[in-house]
Parts: sequence; C-alpha cells; structure tokens
Amino acid sequence: MAQSSRDIKRRISSISKTQQITKAMEMIAASKLRSAQETVISTRPYYERLTSSLGTALRAAEQAGEDMPAIIRDRAGDSHCLLVFAADRGLAGGYNAAIIRQAEAFLKEYPDTEMVMVGRKVRDHFRRRNRTALAEFVGIGDTANLRVAQDIGHVIFDFFVHGLFDNVTILYTEFINTVTHRVKLRPVLPLPEQIKETKGDGPEPLYVYEPSINGVLETLIPLYVDAAVYQALTEAKASELGARMNAMRNATDNAGELIQELTISYNRARQAQITKEIAEIVGGADALES
Amino acid sequence: MAAFTLEVVTQERTVVMTEVEYALLPGVDGSFGVLSGHQPIMASLDLGVLEFGPLHGKRRKIALGGGFMEMHGSRLTVMAHTAELSEEIDVLRARQAKQRAEERLADRDGDLDIARAQIALQKALLRLKVANGD
Repeated sequence: MAQSSRDIKRRISSISKTQQITKAMEMIAASKLRSAQETVISTRPYYERLTSSLGTALRAAEQAGEDMPAIIRDRAGDSHCLLVFAADRGLAGGYNAAIIRQAEAFLKEYPDTEMVMVGRKVRDHFRRRNRTALAEFVGIGDTANLRVAQDIGHVIFDFFVHGLFDNVTILYTEFINTVTHRVKLRPVLPLPEQIKETKGDGPEPLYVYEPSINGVLETLIPLYVDAAVYQALTEAKASELGARMNAMRNATDNAGELIQELTISYNRARQAQITKEIAEIVGGADALES
Repeated sequence: MAAFTLEVVTQERTVVMTEVEYALLPGVDGSFGVLSGHQPIMASLDLGVLEFGPLHGKRRKIALGGGFMEMHGSRLTVMAHTAELSEEIDVLRARQAKQRAEERLADRDGDLDIARAQIALQKALLRLKVANGD
C-alpha cells in the first residue's frame, strides 16, 4: 500500500509539471494570437482594393479589345501547382492533419500537380511518401512576414510565367475566429472570373493607363499574387496559433482532471493505510491485554 | 493650391495617409507629377523616389520598391511592394545590403543570380539616396 501511494504521488507531480508546460504554451499562443488576428484584419482591405483595381483594368482591356498579357491568357492546361500552408511544429490539435488530408485529396483529384510547401510538418509528411516539393519554406516563425510571403509569391509567379504549370491553388486554413478555422482551397491563377466582376462603389471613372492597360496589368498581377499569398499566410498563422491555444487549453484541462482523480485515489490509499495501521495497533493492544 | 489625399500602402501597413498639394511618382517611363484634379489614372510604378508636398509642411520622400498607383477623384492610392519614409530607413542595413550586393556582383563565379543582386543593389542605393535627403 505504501508503495502504491508513493507511485500515485509521483504521477501527480509529473502530470502537474506537464500541466505547467501546456499552460505556458497556451498563454504564449494566446498572446501571439492577438497580434496575428490584427494582422489578418488589417490585410483584408488591401487585398480587396487591389482586386477591385485589377477588375477595373481587366474590364477596360476587354472593352478596348486588347490582347491580354501573355501571363494571364488561359492556357487550357490542367497541370496544377498547390501551395500548401501548414505549421512548422505540432501540438496544435488537428491543424496539420486537416491540411494534409485536404492536400492528399487534391493530389488524388489532380495527379498532375507540383507542390510548394510551407511548414515543416507538411514537408516531412510528403517526404516520407517520396513526394518532393518544387520549393519549400520551413522555419518561418510564428508571425506572418511580408518578405517571406513575397519570396513565395515571386517563386510561384516565376514558375507560372515559365510554364511549369497552368493553374495555381492555395491551400490554407481560413481564420474565422479563435476557435473556428476552416481549411480552404483558393484558386489564384489563372485569374478567377469573379475578379473581373469586382467593382468599387459608385460609377466607374474612365481611367487613363500608364504606360498601357497591359503594362498596368503586368504590374497588378504579381502584386495580386503576393497579396493572395500574404493573406493566406496571415490567416494560416492566426489559425495555427488559435489551434495551438485550444489544443493546449484542452491538455491543461485534462491534466487538471487527471490530477483531481489521482488526488482522490491517493487520499483513499493513504486513508486505507492509516486504517490498517490503527487496526494493527488495536490488534496488538488486544493481544497484550489478554 | 488645392489639396488631395495621398495614401501609400503596403500589405503590412499604411505608410502615409495625408493631405498633399502634389506628388511626384516614379513611373515606368520616367517620373511624373500629380496635382489635384488630375484625370482618373492607373499607372505602373518603378523602383524609385516618391516625393510629396504635404499641405502645410516640408516636402517628404519615400523609397518605393515598385508598385501601382491609382488616382480617382481627390484620392491617390499607391500600392507598393515596399515603401519607407526617408526617416524610417535603416541606413546601416542599407549600407550592408549595398556592400553585400556589390561583393556578389564582383565575384561572378558560377550561376549566381545576377539579376537579383542587381535589384538588391538598386534598392540599397535608392534607400541611401532617400535617407540622405537626396
């Protein structure tokens, strides 16, 4: 009995140490999440304004009957590029698993797909399955960094211009709020139809284009790709932190429950031992008296 | 002089949002100026200096890493890859970047990315130029 109560005590102390760690990780994720959330919200208007200008320029090009720049002409090919955003680290609940599952589904549907991977977890997963990435970005930290996004955007755009693939899709986790995140596939290139329909408010002015409509489009499209990548990166990072915070909160709660249960068993064991000792003493005294 | 609103944004932040009398922008075919009442225009911008005159105050400069501008009504929006006000520029870092790019261009061995080093050099030179007031 003494053995067992010592064991229980050891387990309690080990679990409470783990609990301290998960608690700390939860708080770290929570504090980083606040600024990540602000970044997500502050990048959305930029993206909307850019797509609205892009839509205006596309319509103008159509009206003027100009040939679209070669980079956005529909190539009618069905080779794909999938840009996947996952985390560098685990301990974030189902965050990485959900993304990887969706990536696998995409690969099954479009076998002719090249991948660009962001995050160690997705890279490792596909490396184990002997699938190499066209490019990979790992160890990029917990906060979305514009320079990283621009690097990714340039790489993808260069490959696209050189005709390595005909379609670009981003797979990331959309940040809805701290507890709700949704895995999302977003087609980026060729330009989705809805961009052409994006309008600013009010009547549309007649713009002049410098140096030309095509020149403006050729400037806008790389900016648009960068913006789409940066937005996906900010959302992915915020979702990752949210998922980690929740996973760590659950772990902390579970540890608390375990400690409670073990404390009860410990007390019970201790009580049993005391009862046993008293019984022995009483038994001993009885034996002396008789 | 009539004023209009100049807004310079990158994806990360709003660099400037202020009432100005004029703006000089680095167009791909050379610099051009914009005054209030300019016709609606969209233009591609090159790496270069963006200069503007605030309504009450001294002219200011931005090191612009290329991008796009749109003028519509009394609002001029610049969407830039990168943009830094002259006082925000880290001169030390720009100097180091310049040195690095120059070294890279000096020993052209193998298949070094020369185009990239040249862009880096241009950017560093632009930052230094803007930070030094011209």
